[in-house]
Amino acid sequence: MAVKSVFISGVGGQGTILAGKVITTALVNQGYDVKMSEVHGMAQRGGSVITQIRYGDRVYSPLIEKGRADVLLAFEKLEAVRYIDYLSPNSTLILNDLEMPPASVLTGKEAYPQDIVPRLKEEIKNIIVVNAVNIARECGEIRAQNMVLVGVLARVMDWSKNAFIEVIRQVVSPKYVQVNINAFERGWELNV
Amino acid sequence: MKKVFLTGNEAIARGAYEYGVTFASAYPGTPSTEILENIAKYSEIYAEWAPNEKVALEAAVGASMAGARAIVSMKHVGLNVAADPLFTLAYTGVNGGLVIVTADDPGMHSSQNEQDNRNFAPFAKIPMLEPSDSQEAKDLVGEALKISEMFETPVLFRTTTRISHSRSVVQIGERQPAEIKPYVKNQEKFAMIPGFARKRRLILKEKLQALEEYSEKFPYNRIEWGINQDIGIITSGISYQYVKEVFGDEVSVLKLTMTFPLPKKLIASFAEKVKEVYVVEELDPYLENQIKAMGIKVKGKEVIPEIGELSPEILRERLKREKVTVAFKPYTAVPSRPPVLCPGCPHRGIFYVLKKMKAVVTSDIGCYSLGVLPPLESIDSILCMGASISMGHGFKKAYEANGKDAPVITVIGDSTFLHSGITSLMDAVYNRSNTINIIVDNSITAMTGHQHHPGTGYNAKEEPAPAVSLEAICKALGVENVSVVDSYDLKAFEDAVKNAMNHKDGPSVIIARRACALLKGKGPKGLYAVNEEKCKKCKICLRLGCPAIQVSGDRVFINPLSCVGCAVCVQVCPFGSIEKVGDN
Ligand code: SF4
Ligand code: SF4
Repeated sequence: MAVKSVFISGVGGQGTILAGKVITTALVNQGYDVKMSEVHGMAQRGGSVITQIRYGDRVYSPLIEKGRADVLLAFEKLEAVRYIDYLSPNSTLILNDLEMPPASVLTGKEAYPQDIVPRLKEEIKNIIVVNAVNIARECGEIRAQNMVLVGVLARVMDWSKNAFIEVIRQVVSPKYVQVNINAFERGWELNV
Repeated sequence: MKKVFLTGNEAIARGAYEYGVTFASAYPGTPSTEILENIAKYSEIYAEWAPNEKVALEAAVGASMAGARAIVSMKHVGLNVAADPLFTLAYTGVNGGLVIVTADDPGMHSSQNEQDNRNFAPFAKIPMLEPSDSQEAKDLVGEALKISEMFETPVLFRTTTRISHSRSVVQIGERQPAEIKPYVKNQEKFAMIPGFARKRRLILKEKLQALEEYSEKFPYNRIEWGINQDIGIITSGISYQYVKEVFGDEVSVLKLTMTFPLPKKLIASFAEKVKEVYVVEELDPYLENQIKAMGIKVKGKEVIPEIGELSPEILRERLKREKVTVAFKPYTAVPSRPPVLCPGCPHRGIFYVLKKMKAVVTSDIGCYSLGVLPPLESIDSILCMGASISMGHGFKKAYEANGKDAPVITVIGDSTFLHSGITSLMDAVYNRSNTINIIVDNSITAMTGHQHHPGTGYNAKEEPAPAVSLEAICKALGVENVSVVDSYDLKAFEDAVKNAMNHKDGPSVIIARRACALLKGKGPKGLYAVNEEKCKKCKICLRLGCPAIQVSGDRVFINPLSCVGCAVCVQVCPFGSIEKVGDN
């Protein structure tokens, strides 16, 4: 199988690392060659964070090239528009409809752009906008927004649903397994 | 054989386990930290956090002298700290196998510089291995130990961020215990007085020649002939993956894994068989310069940048000369998102007060480096671990010597103070410096992800350990004016600084103490909100830069999902408009 690439962007503390762990564990379990790259340290203090995942028969680079990601999974709107150059005209943008104002906006120095969703909808033909926070809240745990988004992604990529549920059982702490599975399934079932 | 999905750092830890290491030491530093964290999980290996990299290396040298297999790990700048033992260690050599891991950070994701530590290998005269993925990271720990014992030399093991923090599939094996080698007293080998060192220098020269022969036959240095033998690429480490990604088997590749000493014959024979040779490497022209010195014509840095991280698209554009087409342009005029101090961070109030002080503030390496950014912007300088106190001292003395005066305040973390601040403070005491030195003590090594240090009361294996007292150290050094305040109590801190400004006979130390807000069970409790009837919209609270305090239009409010209840903002609001509304 040709190599596929999933680019995840978000804000430090949003659960992108756990999302990456669940996705890659499921892909490794299915026998793919997988590489994943993430950055630790300073960026995790509320900064912009990215995780890059590549899988297929044989993967060399852990980094995705610009214009070559199959999917950009953006956990936040500003973190989507920063990285859309990684998409090709045929790739898919999964966008969490969430606004997390950075420091300059919180303090009123800059404004949060209000036209992101309509602009992206105009530009990108394969775009899925999800309100993962609302769905996660309905599941009873806002922090499970990451699993809602993983559910949407798994459906888009045509990954095995059961393989993911199995992995969530393995890697999530027992107390939160059920709520995470519910969140994943709600994402999977979204009619997109 | 079992397959697992490991980061480069986890794979190195696994390698240490499989190949019989029994001693490991480190000081945390991105991107190296998880090596020791993972080694500490194996009960078969003694593992410790050392106060700094020099101590870590020296301890590992002792373990090796005793006959054990040992590993020591650090970030690139950490090797500068450990350079003193390193250079003479090349002369003495080792007994048990000794691997020194340096994790470099091209692009400076989490570092103050991007020095290329491959240069240390020829400088210190020790062999070096560079893995290209996690499987090699694990396997090469075994090779490094073998080389180390075969040639009685330490081995430098060099990774970069994209090796250390990338995951790939690794076949793991069983542990092969290594028996401790006998220790035999041998002063001519281990005690480097000039007479003995001169002899060892000659032995080192022979060793390097033998190692070069070994490098010629080392199976991890290998040629991968491509369809095209016109173009040959010489590469190593992560750059190898980018070359394969972009060219596949279109070109011929010489993958170097032992990058000191270089296999000169192998390189020459490869260069002869292809028409054009390129060297693809990140950062310095390390391979390029050595290959050029062999009289071989290669192209390198005129095509490949020497600054920042390399990437497959750079190779595609510059080397393959393919146009990289971008369908969607990123929006450039959008707000950036730099890292910030967390809600409830005990450093926030300290910098808020310091900003009002109009002093020269020299600072140090840690989360508190973020005090350089707006809106706090209280820091004048950041250089290296421990420099805050000594730089402040030098600044103050130079001003005095030239008839100028300014209050000088230094800011250093607890872990950084124990790493290399103590000798700086000794200098300030001994030479009677009137500096004010603030130890921001959040009782953990926070930036790298909460590692213990000699002051926390726990060791690397999370077992209770003796805790050194910061105040006792300062007093023992001869600091007369030592005070301890709660970092959340802005008035107490401000009073302590004012008191220190009046203390004119030697340095003062203020220990501002409060556990990192992210430490489980140690963070503050409570939930605060702006009483909108009382709020005068002066926006003074925004000067704290707490991510929980937000504005929307004219309205100032606290995001209840982010507020952790430190009550620092309450002390800043001049109108008493911020009130406790819950217990969180
Ligand atoms: S400092 Fe107090 S009065 Fe001023 S904006 Fe903040 S909450 Fe309102
Ligand atoms: S109490 Fe104030 S300063 Fe502390 S976390 Fe909450 S909003 Fe931020």
